[in-house]
Amino acid sequence: MDVTFLLNGTHVSLSDISPTTTLLDWLREERHLCGTKEGCNEGDCGACTVMITDTEGSRALNGCILFLPQVNGKQVTTVEGLAAADGALHPVQTAMIDHHASQCGFCTPGFVVSMATAHLNGATDHDTQLAGNLCRCTGYAPIIRAAVAAEGQPVPQHLISLAKNPTAPQQPQPQPDDSRHIQPRTSDSLARWYVDNPDATLVAGATDVGLWVTKQFRDLGPIAFLNNCADLRGLQETVSDLKFGAMTTMSDVETAIAPHFPSFAAMIRRYGSVQVRNAATIGGNIANGSPIGDGPPALIALGATLHLRRGDRRRTLPIEDFFIEYGKQDRQAGEFVEAVSIPKQPDTLRCYKLSKRFDQDISAVCGCLSMDLSGGKVTAVRLAYGGMAGIPKRAAHAEAAIIGQPFTEETMRHAMAAMADDFQPLSDMRASAAYRLQTAQNLLLRYLYDINGTATNVQEVRP
Amino acid sequence: MSIAKPLPHDAARLHVTGQARYTDDIPTPADALHLAFGTSKIAAGTLTALHLEAVTNAPGVVAVLTAQDLTHDCDVSPSNQDEPLLAAGSVHHVGQPLFLVIATSHLDARRAAALGRADIAATKPILSVQDALDANSRFEDGPRIYQKGDAKGALASASQILTGRLMMGGQEHFYLEGQAALALPQEGGDMLVHSSTQHPTEIQHKVAHAIGKPMHAVRVETRRMGGGFGGKESQGNALAVACAVAAQKTQKPCKMRYDRDDDMIITGKRHDFQIDYSVGIEPDGRITAMDVTHYTRCGWAQDLSLPVADRAMLHADNAYHLNNVRIVSHRLKTNTQSATAFRGFGGPQGVLGIEKIMDHIAQHLELDPLAVRRINYYADRVVPSEPVAVPPPQPIHNKAADMTSRGSEKPRPSSVPAASETAQTTPYHQPVTDCIINALTDELAISADYSNRRAAIAEWNAKNTVLKRGIAFTPVKFGISFTLTHLNQAGALVHVYQDGSIHLNHGGTEMGQGLFQKVAQVAASRFGVPIEMIKITATDTAKVPNTSATAASSGSDLNGMAVQNACDEIRLRIEAHLAERYQTRDITFADGMVKIGSETITFADAAALAYQSRVSLSATGFYKTPDIEWDRIAGKGRPFFYFAYGAACTEVVIDTLTGENRILRTDILHDAGASLNPALDIGQIEGGYVQGAGWLTTEELVWDDKGALKTHAPSTYKIPACSDRPDIFNVALWDQPNPAQTVYRSKAVGEPPLMLGISAFLALSDAISATGPGYGDLQAPATAEAVLAAIGRAQK
Repeated sequence: MDVTFLLNGTHVSLSDISPTTTLLDWLREERHLCGTKEGCNEGDCGACTVMITDTEGSRALNGCILFLPQVNGKQVTTVEGLAAADGALHPVQTAMIDHHASQCGFCTPGFVVSMATAHLNGATDHDTQLAGNLCRCTGYAPIIRAAVAAEGQPVPQHLISLAKNPTAPQQPQPQPDDSRHIQPRTSDSLARWYVDNPDATLVAGATDVGLWVTKQFRDLGPIAFLNNCADLRGLQETVSDLKFGAMTTMSDVETAIAPHFPSFAAMIRRYGSVQVRNAATIGGNIANGSPIGDGPPALIALGATLHLRRGDRRRTLPIEDFFIEYGKQDRQAGEFVEAVSIPKQPDTLRCYKLSKRFDQDISAVCGCLSMDLSGGKVTAVRLAYGGMAGIPKRAAHAEAAIIGQPFTEETMRHAMAAMADDFQPLSDMRASAAYRLQTAQNLLLRYLYDINGTATNVQEVRP
Repeated sequence: MSIAKPLPHDAARLHVTGQARYTDDIPTPADALHLAFGTSKIAAGTLTALHLEAVTNAPGVVAVLTAQDLTHDCDVSPSNQDEPLLAAGSVHHVGQPLFLVIATSHLDARRAAALGRADIAATKPILSVQDALDANSRFEDGPRIYQKGDAKGALASASQILTGRLMMGGQEHFYLEGQAALALPQEGGDMLVHSSTQHPTEIQHKVAHAIGKPMHAVRVETRRMGGGFGGKESQGNALAVACAVAAQKTQKPCKMRYDRDDDMIITGKRHDFQIDYSVGIEPDGRITAMDVTHYTRCGWAQDLSLPVADRAMLHADNAYHLNNVRIVSHRLKTNTQSATAFRGFGGPQGVLGIEKIMDHIAQHLELDPLAVRRINYYADRVVPSEPVAVPPPQPIHNKAADMTSRGSEKPRPSSVPAASETAQTTPYHQPVTDCIINALTDELAISADYSNRRAAIAEWNAKNTVLKRGIAFTPVKFGISFTLTHLNQAGALVHVYQDGSIHLNHGGTEMGQGLFQKVAQVAASRFGVPIEMIKITATDTAKVPNTSATAASSGSDLNGMAVQNACDEIRLRIEAHLAERYQTRDITFADGMVKIGSETITFADAAALAYQSRVSLSATGFYKTPDIEWDRIAGKGRPFFYFAYGAACTEVVIDTLTGENRILRTDILHDAGASLNPALDIGQIEGGYVQGAGWLTTEELVWDDKGALKTHAPSTYKIPACSDRPDIFNVALWDQPNPAQTVYRSKAVGEPPLMLGISAFLALSDAISATGPGYGDLQAPATAEAVLAAIGRAQK
């Protein structure tokens, strides 16, 4: 494939590249820009963080699982591009020195790029902005001190200019639809091509597919990069629904969903990291069929509808019916997820994500619970869980024990007992089967206490 | 004077601009080759055949080597010559290298390595402590036993006895920069090796041995590591040896770096321990007898496990004076990664053992845990210690053994005089003469407002049904010195150029701890020049030979002194020359100037004058730690030059429905002696605390029942993230001079703060105690699952 972009302000035009070359490998091995580091090669440590700028703004992404076609037409800013041409350091760089925030220095470029991107965007929620950057030396305290110190400093002029002229001067040439790999501009052209190439791999954000390449050395076959399909991205809000295009990033979903379902948004804040959420999409999170994805349980609990498309044929189904069994979804060859729509409803949803680490960890159990109450009784209930079965799944027995019953601890305890018939979870490196079942049950109590105003969230306790 | 100034890390500007160069960033010639290991998927068995056709035919592959292709003995062990570079015959763990791929790119090498197949006649692997005990699979003949007084007798007559068991997990280093090495063949068969290692001399030794050359044919250079934490003391040997062997064979530069998953699957980690204990106690919490048994899984090869297990025993007392004590240590050989050095080197495991005992005693007796700790503390004393007679060193005759490794120690007879009868002694009979833990505890208990907060927490807990808070205050006393006494030496090389600029080199390596800057501050102070006049240079076996690993927290103690000696040698020569030239002895070096009687000249002019008068402006420096002697078999002596102290107070909150938890506040007071650089020392303390807390909370290593590590990437192995640090994090230095004669009376600070993280673990235990009448008996790591299990026990 051919790819064009700006690298630290310099025009780069590449021909006939392997489409699965990662930006990180290209920077280090071809360009000899070694400031961007490889820490884990799977998007979990942030040492490879780069700033990507386009018409939608600047955001931090993990270069290790970012394929070159994904930056086609965009600006790439690496740690080498943060200081001004005269060598004047970026305010976050100065602050990092002043606050002794680097020790071994290996994670530092990634932190600095994350911080500079947050600084450019005016974001000061540092724990969130930096959750995707791991440091093993400092214990983070001096890094946060540096981030706070840089907050008020002006953005350097060269980064302001960059944000004003976000795209590469030479627009990428549209790839002909008959080539082996494509980067379509519309979902129509994707739909046509995919019918003819049903064995192709669709790359949305590559936060999962990236690992197929970097860790499993899989041959992806023909590839369609979907990031230029503008019509697959964004929220369409109607009187009755919130409809997200499949290519809407989790970052954008978080922002859009917050006014409607704040608990869902709070869980998305823990989905991967800023770098991951800036790449990962709601459609990818559904389509890969993972039993431990955090999006599907919440969508199931909200009664969401999935929109699928094959060629010109579209169909819809309740999202929970999409997941048939582990590794198997109700998706035909050449069919892709086009959108997911959430019916508007009073917000009774609570999303409880249990993991070893609070930030940037895959759930051991993800419980998304919703109960409508009337006259002290539960009139509707949806209990959807991830991590409890081969697919994201509702707790039917527990729901049956709750529906029509008073919203009390006694009801919850009955439902907890009933839940033992809903799930036979696995033991793995994240949690034992017993812990999974016990906590899935206990989340019913948490929901009750939570709704009734009892403190249940360790994150809300202040020293 | 630049000593004690909070100067930034010497490479801070390079770090933040991405210019700091790590091993994989070194520009390589265009014909450089790249290596990857093919590894075993089976934990134990006999290798009967390797099928490597697909590997050999894969794109980019230049050669594939197996054990049969190695012309020299390519052992990569730091101790017992039991780690062949590539498995031959028997296979000992999942992840053991079986063959070596040499290819034209890193990716090609990795892709090809994945295509190899091995026929292995599998046997039942020895995985758990119990497996190893059942099979009597161990290093050394039997358990090591250290004792003092009569533990058995005192237990028999104790008013109460508590017994228990603590399982504690190991820890992955997760240095952000994975293992890496680059070998460049030189003329005449010599080899230049760049290695991300804490121990360049060992790399030199191992590479020389593997390519059949004397050590003088190999030069190893290490500018910096992207984190080490002990994980690069011996674990880099395999990569450097592989690169050198491949470079010798192909006559091309060869580079190897592990992908993160390979790194975690191949390399060793912190030792996990099972500790069984029986303590006799008085009603006030005083321990009258303690009998503890350590069982540690050492993995498949000896590596540094014996000194690690020794150090765990040497810290089984922590800050507590025990009159009747017996410590038993089993070093078990298992079919898992060979556990290795990790910050604290067994010390944290030993300390956690007795801190768990303190917790158990306090909860059992319903006493304030800090009161129980205080009543058992060593007494504060500052008494100058008499140096003990040091017998002549005994040479190690095994030529393959690397004498610069902590694993090379051999048994020898005891030769240490008995301790003074007045001093309190450790279980290994070393008098504790520098204790400050009582005064330090007093100060921290006030600044952290311990008592009031403890009461406030009890009140809060009474009002909250789902969430519970807990608080814990734990001390640390950590012994400073390599326990293999002869390693306590260091060398330096200092040049002063005719323009007054100074080239600094020493045997220590920089892994982020700020050693280079601290030592540069020493050099700048000795010459009275600004720090900018000192050029810090990469560790290089051709400049300073026979160095010890930068380990055991010894970096600045040893290298700082060696540099001080080298600088003083040059300064005295300049002084002598100026004294003669100016006919005065009144000469001082300060602020980049030299004051000679009534005249003042620049340091540069002084250097130029000395040069013109044919005064040598280059010197080596050497230092060896005095007054230490240790018999590890008898468990008697003075292994440590001094102790470093500290204490931490941590408050947490737990959720009783899920076990989720969080650190709310941490207060630390830590003893770094008279700090060489308070900013860098505080950085070590903050980072050490969070790393220690991570070890005991979210960091869980999980192996499956076939011996495969399931947590081999950051997606499954969770080191602390940004939001895991305490909301309130107060760190202060004790900042009193070390009574021992260390460099500028500073103290080592690398390892001791890690053990401050134990306060987080025990704060969780305290919170659990608020959930029910029973003892929760929290096990480590205290994942949410472990916390919930402990709540279940407390509620029974």
